[in-house]
Amino acid sequence: MSGNKNFVLGVYDDEDLLLKAIKDVRESGVKIYEVFSPFPVHGIDDVLGYKRSRLSIAAFLFGLLGTTLALTMQIGMMTFDWPMIIGGKDFFPFPTFIPVTFELTVLLGAFGMCGTFFVVSNLKPWAKPRIFDERITDDKHIIAVDIDKNSMSEEEIKKSLSAAGAQEVNNKSFE
Amino acid sequence: MHAEAVVRKPLVTGGKTVHDVTDDICKRVEEKPAKSWLLAMAVSLGLLTFGAYAVFRLVWDGIGSWGLNKTVGWAWDITNFVWWVGIGHAGTLISAILLLFRQRWRMSINRAAEAMTIFAVICALQFPLLHMGRPWIGALWALPLPNTYGSLWVNFNSPLLWDVFAISTYFSVSLVFWYIGLVPDFATIRDRAKGISKVVYGALSMGWTGGAKDWSRYETVALVLAGLATPLVLSVHTIVSFDFATSVIPGWHTTIFPPYFVAGAIFSGFAMVLTLLLVTRRVYKLEDYITMQHMELMNIIIMVTGSIVGVAYITELFIAWYSGVEGEQYAFLNRVSGPYAWAYWSMMTCNVISPQLFWFKKIRTNIAATFIISIIVNIGMWFERFVIIVTSLHRDFLPSSWAMFYPTWVDMGVYIFTFGLFFTAFFLFAKFFPVINMAEVKSIVKATGEKTDK
Repeated sequence: MSGNKNFVLGVYDDEDLLLKAIKDVRESGVKIYEVFSPFPVHGIDDVLGYKRSRLSIAAFLFGLLGTTLALTMQIGMMTFDWPMIIGGKDFFPFPTFIPVTFELTVLLGAFGMCGTFFVVSNLKPWAKPRIFDERITDDKHIIAVDIDKNSMSEEEIKKSLSAAGAQEVNNKSFE
Repeated sequence: MHAEAVVRKPLVTGGKTVHDVTDDICKRVEEKPAKSWLLAMAVSLGLLTFGAYAVFRLVWDGIGSWGLNKTVGWAWDITNFVWWVGIGHAGTLISAILLLFRQRWRMSINRAAEAMTIFAVICALQFPLLHMGRPWIGALWALPLPNTYGSLWVNFNSPLLWDVFAISTYFSVSLVFWYIGLVPDFATIRDRAKGISKVVYGALSMGWTGGAKDWSRYETVALVLAGLATPLVLSVHTIVSFDFATSVIPGWHTTIFPPYFVAGAIFSGFAMVLTLLLVTRRVYKLEDYITMQHMELMNIIIMVTGSIVGVAYITELFIAWYSGVEGEQYAFLNRVSGPYAWAYWSMMTCNVISPQLFWFKKIRTNIAATFIISIIVNIGMWFERFVIIVTSLHRDFLPSSWAMFYPTWVDMGVYIFTFGLFFTAFFLFAKFFPVINMAEVKSIVKATGEKTDK
């Protein structure tokens, strides 16, 4: 990222106030960069205009991959590569394939979805996150506004955040 | 206006604020270890060291150092394996099934319960690995890998192989579920820490910032994982029960095993969660988070699953008689009145009678009684697995080969090893990880909209 990024932060200490504040701030014409919270606030997606996450679709597709992989492996090994009669079962004992198929479906579904989550949310052990305020992970909710992405002046943004009940309004810059 | 209902009591007591939650939980991680913790660690490490010697002897001398004989070919190894896997079940049940049912009381206890799951499954894994005699190659034989015999593959018809897939999937999915839940809490510790801790918790938190978009994804992941883990929990112990149910041994070949094993697993798992949480809550002074309400609700689950297990025991006896199969009838008569009747009746007393005491509100809201019954239940569940396995084997189809099983010190030592492993891991977790899911608990601290109800 080149150049300085300048943000105005509105600090709130109550989730219900925060939800109302987001609505008010957006209505006043300010574009919100992101809202940070110490815990998931329900209803925040709607007021921010976020769409439902598609991670569940990723889980389904990875699960399907697991099912295919498990069936291909078992049928390939037991039916074609080394057919053997074990316990009187034939070369294609479909019912006995179900447990392993189920487990691999769950395994790939869960791992695939979690992997996708880490990638899209940029979560990795060596990540250098932009920490807007250390109190975000404690007890404060923060509305961050990118000054350069807004047509309004810094003063107007600050006024809008204060009018929406912010306890504090701060500036934060990143290299 | 602050309203408090009689029916839905607040889940966090003591008038805690969101900041208090952070302080109370992070303090345990940040402060120097207490003397009681050091003492507990010393005891667990002692158990671990003694047990490690038994494991060393086992691997060095071979499986002959166990008390097995030609009739009883499975005894403590599989008993302990099934027992530990069962204990693991409550953690995933609390985090997955109770999440799907929107049970918010799970939030204070899910972290410790999930940790217990992970450690219990690690302990369980020791037994199938060690019973192979040469675990360093035996472990590979269980995997579908090409081997030196040509393309002779593993046997997908065998429930023992299904176990390999079930337990490893269960372990890895539970681990991921647990870790994803920990990420926001690691970020909280990171933002308070200094020096080397900041680096360590910084890496563990994977750069979590708490953005609304991330929370939205996080909740989707948690919900879908819960949806995937719920049938997984049920499948794992069902498949473990197939190890017995698909065989032809009288006493094992039972269609009731899958649901009965799952109920038994939840029963013993909750008992172990209670044992651990009662101690953790006392030592860490977390009475405001893990309240009497939590204890009571868990006791009710123990009572319900204990009753299911009781019904299963009686059904087994009835069906053995009703089947008219002589071998089956003898196997159960032998359990009830044979040389292992003491184990059978210990199991009945511990698992069927003791949880019924929880019908009394005075008992299920009494900490000492809960603690004692939770331990009794765990002993009873160990006996359940022992009874199923050993009594069905020791008198087989040929009376001339009937035998008794006597454990050796190595049998006991390997069991002690897993206890050492479990408690060492749990105490390390309790010291260095947040024992309560802070992010989730913070969302239930406020019972009313007191700031907006003006």
